[in-house]
Amino acid sequence: MAIDLQKCRQKDGCDHCIKACHSTHNVPQFADRAREVKWIWKEPFKNVFPAAQNGYTRAFFGDLPVMLACNHCDDPPCVGVCPVDATWKRENGVVTIDFHRCIGCRYCMAACPYGTRSFNWQDPRPAIANVNPDFPTRTQGVVEKCNFCEERLAKGQGPACAESCEEKAIVFGDLARPDSEVRQLLRSRFAVQRKPELGTGPAIYYIV
Amino acid sequence: MVILAKAFTDGRRYWLWIASLLCVILASFLCYVLQLRHGLAVTGLSRDVSWGLYIAQFTFFVGVAASAVMVILPYYLHDYRQFGRITLLGELLAVAAVTMCILFIFVDLGQPTRVFNIVLHPQPKSVMFWDMIALSGYLLMNAVIAAVTLTAQREHVPVPGWIKPVILVSIPWAISIHTVTAFLYSGLSGRPYWLTAVLAPRFLASAFASGPALLILLCLALRKLSGFDAGRDAIQKLAVIVTYALAINIFLILAEVFTAFYSGIPAHEEHFKYLFIGIDGDHRLVPWMWLSVLLSWVALALLLVPKWRSNIRLLTMACLCIFASIWLDKGLGLMVGGFVPSPLGAVTRYVPTLTESAIVLGIWASGALMITVFYKIALSLWKED
Repeated sequence: MAIDLQKCRQKDGCDHCIKACHSTHNVPQFADRAREVKWIWKEPFKNVFPAAQNGYTRAFFGDLPVMLACNHCDDPPCVGVCPVDATWKRENGVVTIDFHRCIGCRYCMAACPYGTRSFNWQDPRPAIANVNPDFPTRTQGVVEKCNFCEERLAKGQGPACAESCEEKAIVFGDLARPDSEVRQLLRSRFAVQRKPELGTGPAIYYIV
Repeated sequence: MVILAKAFTDGRRYWLWIASLLCVILASFLCYVLQLRHGLAVTGLSRDVSWGLYIAQFTFFVGVAASAVMVILPYYLHDYRQFGRITLLGELLAVAAVTMCILFIFVDLGQPTRVFNIVLHPQPKSVMFWDMIALSGYLLMNAVIAAVTLTAQREHVPVPGWIKPVILVSIPWAISIHTVTAFLYSGLSGRPYWLTAVLAPRFLASAFASGPALLILLCLALRKLSGFDAGRDAIQKLAVIVTYALAINIFLILAEVFTAFYSGIPAHEEHFKYLFIGIDGDHRLVPWMWLSVLLSWVALALLLVPKWRSNIRLLTMACLCIFASIWLDKGLGLMVGGFVPSPLGAVTRYVPTLTESAIVLGIWASGALMITVFYKIALSLWKED
């Protein structure tokens, strides 16, 4: 996946992708920030790329919003630490979670260097405005995160976030195929990953 | 059964103590039922600080459990006879401590009914899998060693020969439980506060200071309450062990601070700054962390001077200081300091709730209950002799 940061901030306060994702996947909305559950959200540039700035650029770029979601890493630290094999990497590259096997130990949350995993501190169902019957709701006590819309990919559709974006800022495709749209984009524009120095190989590229 | 019966023969004070522990455990159990119903939302944990008091207590008590090796090793490898009875007390303390650790992990689970997935779907790539093997093996070994030793003492026969290899294996195994527990944290690339090779050595040093300090306190309490004397020499030897371990622990912490601040890498500095200075206006932990530092320095001063160390009152004070200091450092700072600031730079406050604290207190009470019953059994055997 590639996110064009310039296109992404064309419309101030746009949150189409967030709404599309969260309503598709029955993500509960809690008012308490400390307990929230989120699959995709915005965070200021300075927090997302703490090393990619300096005193001169911070004032201009530091507060610009950047979209975040699970990076579906090549070598995901969250998968290695799970004691019950409840999260794993599929052959298509998606890092997925078995909500029925997860014991809620939250080791994966400690291991994720990107802070993209959420825990259901309480029963999520009362906090879902309109339940989408095509996707399971979760119980209290399990971890969840972005699944790259694997249920939609299986039907040949693109991820909900990418399809909902009017500016076409989110480009999704198969990184393994050299002729895919996302690979072509990465050949023509300069892109960065979050914390590449950790060796996790994030699959989300930010075009700056 | 004959041995168990020993636990149930004493006066009013004993039963009053047992009854009050049971009350605490019951109240704590009710709090846990509340947590089962409403989820971990009853705790002070959050998306950013996703482990807290439970996992911190687990880590601290793995250290207490491992520290039994500090009496087992001199007794069995160096034939240090004065540790004869204290060694058994150390093994029993380890059994109680590991049991507490298992309880702390259990109450931290979001889906406790699925706990057997750890056995049904084991994942050798996870350090938690190895920690489970290390802890359960250690529990089993110490329980068997203590039971066999007690039975032999009751029947006035030497311990059977087959137990010796078990004892020898339990020595490196004790080191392994705390090493593997440190690896739970030190192998995580996204948590700079834990990402240090010194974490496992630091865990061991702090364990070998706090565990024997607790054992000294327990022995001194036993002398007051039951007249059992572990022996002056044994206590003094333990005090020397505590002194070395404490000095090494302080040294390792300072080495850590040097690396973080001389290298000046912000990600490494931030966590120390949060704990000892406070960042983004959050200074909640600052006084506690400095108290921990102060207590450990006071304890070191008290222990370093032989005249003070041999004074029982000062030794008691030093041991209390060490226990409190390391509890603050490992049971509070380690966990919160590792999570704050978060990978996205957020400073999220973590304050344990009453419910959460009550559950922790209940597990402490069950530990105290185990120790009381175990020591009661051992003491009544020795009294008969």
